Amino acid sequence: MAIIERPTPVLDIPALPAAPPAITPSRTFGALKRPVASTGWKSWLFTVDHKKIGLMYGATALFFFIVGGLEAVLIRLQLAAPEGKVLNADLYNQMFTMHATTMVFLFVMPMAAGFANYFIPLQIGARDVAFPRINAFGFWCFLGGGIVINLAWFLGGAADGGWFMYAPNSGPVFSPSNGIDFWALGLQIAGIASLTGAINLIVTVLNMRAPGMSLMKMPVFTWLVTVVQFLLLFAIPVITVALFLLTFQRSFGAQFFDVAAGADPLLWQHLFWIFGHPEVYVLILPSFGIVSEVLPVFSRKPLFGYPFVVFSGAAIGFVGWGVWAHHMFASGLGPVSVAVFSVATMAIAVPTGVKIINWTLTMWGGKLVFSTAMKFAVGLILLFTIGGLSGVTHSVAPSDTQQTDTYYIVAHFHYVLFGGSVFGLFAGFYYWWPKMFGKLLNERLGSLNFWFMVIGMNLTFGPMHILGLQGQPRRMYQWTEARAGEGFFNIAFWNLVASIGSLVLAVGILFFLINIVVTTRSKVRAPLDPWNARSLEWMTSNPPKEHNFDSIPKVEHLDEFFHRKYEEDPVTHTMREVATAEQVLAELERNADPHIHMPSPSYWPLVLAVGLPVIALGVIYSTTVAIVGGFIVLYAIYGWALEPATAVASDFDTPSTNGHAVSTTHG
Amino acid sequence: MAETTTHDAHVSSTGLSNVKLGMWLFLGSECLLFGGLISTYMLYRGRVSDGPTPEQIYDIPFTSVSSFVLLMSSLTMVLAVSAAQKKDDRGVNLWLTTTALLGATFVGGQVYEFTAFYNEGLGFSTSLFGSSFYTLTGFHGVHVTVGIIMLLALVAINKRSSVPGSKSETVEMIGLYWHFVDIVWIIIFTLVYLIPV
Repeated sequence: MAIIERPTPVLDIPALPAAPPAITPSRTFGALKRPVASTGWKSWLFTVDHKKIGLMYGATALFFFIVGGLEAVLIRLQLAAPEGKVLNADLYNQMFTMHATTMVFLFVMPMAAGFANYFIPLQIGARDVAFPRINAFGFWCFLGGGIVINLAWFLGGAADGGWFMYAPNSGPVFSPSNGIDFWALGLQIAGIASLTGAINLIVTVLNMRAPGMSLMKMPVFTWLVTVVQFLLLFAIPVITVALFLLTFQRSFGAQFFDVAAGADPLLWQHLFWIFGHPEVYVLILPSFGIVSEVLPVFSRKPLFGYPFVVFSGAAIGFVGWGVWAHHMFASGLGPVSVAVFSVATMAIAVPTGVKIINWTLTMWGGKLVFSTAMKFAVGLILLFTIGGLSGVTHSVAPSDTQQTDTYYIVAHFHYVLFGGSVFGLFAGFYYWWPKMFGKLLNERLGSLNFWFMVIGMNLTFGPMHILGLQGQPRRMYQWTEARAGEGFFNIAFWNLVASIGSLVLAVGILFFLINIVVTTRSKVRAPLDPWNARSLEWMTSNPPKEHNFDSIPKVEHLDEFFHRKYEEDPVTHTMREVATAEQVLAELERNADPHIHMPSPSYWPLVLAVGLPVIALGVIYSTTVAIVGGFIVLYAIYGWALEPATAVASDFDTPSTNGHAVSTTHG
Repeated sequence: MAETTTHDAHVSSTGLSNVKLGMWLFLGSECLLFGGLISTYMLYRGRVSDGPTPEQIYDIPFTSVSSFVLLMSSLTMVLAVSAAQKKDDRGVNLWLTTTALLGATFVGGQVYEFTAFYNEGLGFSTSLFGSSFYTLTGFHGVHVTVGIIMLLALVAINKRSSVPGSKSETVEMIGLYWHFVDIVWIIIFTLVYLIPV
């Protein structure tokens, strides 16, 4: 599979001797001509540019974040007072199932994928990912999956078995609507996005680094996201199996989780958590990567103990496979299993603790600049540590048995997921916004955004520790005054506090949305290097040109960009500025590559991805529709494969002399 | 892959081409897919309800023959890759077609086997054994079928190509996939058919 290459018109390079050759569409296996538009809606629909795909991931994920957030607010409104009437029991089940599903699969994962897509090629000095068309296909699969999962709201009710979808509640007897069918098939499609994305990004990172960038000179964000891709590579097929078994049971009469037929209900739990626990690290490691970029920049110091951060990240990637059964301590696994998983769970706290020490010591003695990005990064350190500590209490199996299925668990995972993952992503928004859009997000609104989120999140999830230890179970759609208890620990008061907190949190998010609007309307351009940053993604214009770098930089240091701007004074041993960011960039432009071949847009990824939801609907409603979907997929695969493999010779002036200029040819 | 075309002569940090590295990663992921399916089967193979047991319906000699056919297709696949590296397009097309035919023979055997089992009373919904057996071997059969489609498509594309050996890396990639699917069958044949419950 290769992509036709054409010289892109690189008009802003003065070194180009002649006008770039005109781009003409070539014939392809299909009804439409090969798309070549570089502006307008078609340039987004058919794009294979990793930056555009990254932005589309981000925008879609942000939309789902708002959807999932509204679901959360509805849940809290229902629980604010005794015998809540906002939702009925059935709708409440759908609400918490879809809240979790949306936040995990349709917000945090794709948002991290968006950042990874946008910044990994920039951070390693590449012009695109290894397989640009597969990259586009991944985004459309994610979007299609998200749509299929949410379609169920309008077609008889959404999934209602919890995001973990335990048997037998997932069976047709206990969930007769089509919600779980949509859920399983939608996640299957979204899983294709994760799997193809994982292969794509691993190959990109391993194969397409700029000359001189050894693995131990890669930025930490790239490193940790690479660990995440390995987790996805091996975890996604396991959930794929589980979802297939579930679909076969619900749609084709298989018996996998039918206890009456002798099935073992623990099979689903094992398959789900073998995926589900690595998934936890899939959610948090990208945010760890982001704060590992943000903290050094705003502490004016290199990251403390870079190899430790990298290797502890890799260690999490390995040990993360050996702890899944701590989600199942209450299921009667037997003492040996429980002991083993208990100890492994305690062990995995160590590499996480290593990171927290590294971040803290990065700040130690630094010239701290409390920009909004920095505030969110510091917020992550504090809040994640709280969540991490309550997490360690779960590793003690006897204690966990008491906490299982109570709000204590809810408190724990919201501290690590909201206080950790989401705060990290917000640090990323504020840090990288000028890189992506050429404008700085408003710091004053950012400050409001941050403080409302911190206060709101602690008001919402802090009291849940108390609620849980008082015994309030998860997933109960009502609680009663009579059993609320008395005194300081009565759950009526703390439920109300949590609900008020969720509204404060919502206001915080609203400030972020307002900030986006204000910033977009603002005419003020961001400076080239607004944060005095350290890594390669800043060594290009804001936003980057389509080909990212005019010439591929030769990397000599970790934090290459910083070392081009600063040198150590041999006498005083302090760093002094030797070049501005503008000068570094001008240097790259002077050596601009004469031939830059970027992959051409293609509409096959979109066509292929459209076929999959059609098959999914067909599985639920009618075989004919599924067959039609199958033909769309087959047609698209052939179209994709038959797209001209190599460009005709006349498309190139002379053979390229720079190997890296053509290293993006395979798709 | 310096011997392919000019513009494929890319430099990669590992020395492996992107496609090859990607294929290896994909196959690594597939190991976990079959791992999950095989585990499910191993858990459920003794749970037959009122339906037939594995011993009652398995026809080991028949499946041995079809397994042998599939294994031989790996040999012809190697010959195809070897021909591709020598830019012998006629040899490539010959061996790819032979591989596809051997694969189709295997799939035909599987269809026959499924029909026979069904007639002996083992439906998809009969028992946990039935559900997990058909799912596991069915997934493998679909993998072989996808491989056959790729092989035949490659022959068709190869015949249109004017540059000898231009598809040698693609031949190699399909070869990797094909061998993987064969190896998975060795494991399935051993665990499902040969080892008694």
